[in-house]
Amino acid sequence: MYELIIIGAGPAGITAAVYAARKKMNFLVITQDIGGQAAWSGDIENYTGYQFVTGPELVSKFEEHMRKYSIDTREGEETIDLEKAGDVIRVKTSKAVYEAKAVIIASGKVSRELGVPGEKEYKNKGLTYCATCDGPLFAGKDVAVIGGGNSALDAALQLMKIARRVYIINNTPKLGGDPVMREKVEAGPAVTVCNDSTVTAITGAKMVSGIRITRNGKAESIPVEGIFIEIGLVPNSGFARGLDKNQHGEIRINCKNETSLAGVFAAGDVTDVPEKQIIIAAGEGSKAALAAFKYISHLRN
Amino acid sequence: MAKKVNVYSTSTCPFCIRAKQYLKDNNIEFVNFDVGADHAKAEEMMKKSGQMGVPVIDIEGEIIVGFDKEKIRESLGI
Repeated sequence: MYELIIIGAGPAGITAAVYAARKKMNFLVITQDIGGQAAWSGDIENYTGYQFVTGPELVSKFEEHMRKYSIDTREGEETIDLEKAGDVIRVKTSKAVYEAKAVIIASGKVSRELGVPGEKEYKNKGLTYCATCDGPLFAGKDVAVIGGGNSALDAALQLMKIARRVYIINNTPKLGGDPVMREKVEAGPAVTVCNDSTVTAITGAKMVSGIRITRNGKAESIPVEGIFIEIGLVPNSGFARGLDKNQHGEIRINCKNETSLAGVFAAGDVTDVPEKQIIIAAGEGSKAALAAFKYISHLRN
Repeated sequence: MAKKVNVYSTSTCPFCIRAKQYLKDNNIEFVNFDVGADHAKAEEMMKKSGQMGVPVIDIEGEIIVGFDKEKIRESLGI
């Protein structure tokens, strides 16, 4: 049995791991990938010490730091259940079951899906959740961005430089997000904003060729070859069944990163910390590791 | 004899960058195709992998979609 298991290896999980290693804890890191959301970030200008750094560069620094401590890391493993029996916390993944006295959940967030017909079938066949990754493939083509907040505006701004036309399908009367970004998008010569519109289906042959929307009650079809879904993020907290969560599914924590279950701590975007930033996640990861260390020390005594 | 590795990537995709870095760190030689700039290579990638997500790593015909460390390790024996 381990003293500690850390679920997730984004900025929160990696920082927790470095702190746990330096406290010489017997622990394991279980994660789907290294870097989390930070890995798909473009330009980062507010991680103190780095005036400008890209997501991949920052993540590789985090990874280097973690590797220095030879930490037992199970990559490519998805956590599917967590439960406590007596003093033991059992973590079940897609591959195995692990036991520990304490756990830190740092599993972050994932893109929200639209939930319309065609979405699953056309994923990566013209439909994507990452404009940063896949934008360049749609040079000179017509694309649609689904969403109306900052993520959608960010995607639209990137795509405006690449695509032939960008349709923005927003289900509220007006675009939201930062006024500065919104103005730039609305002023784009090849941008068509469709407010009060909802996507009803994704259509195509082998790859995407269009979307069907309902706009102000009327059904419309728009031919597009690329669809970018930017409607927000949901916390990866489904596996943490018994824990107290807020209405968004984020795990509730106190200032010591304790959750509603003794021995289970949480850090970063998966929690109800009010702001979601890389530097905040890193800080939360270290707090959680130190709190877990104190908890384990008390158990030892 | 080392296996021939082709990587289809875009210049902005973070996973493409990490995948290429991973190959470099393990001294694996590869040829990179920027599918954002090269339409012919983009078509080739779509034919080989049946989809448009990047990166696509072609290890002598074995197609790996995404930065899948395990599959890459297995295929290259690293």
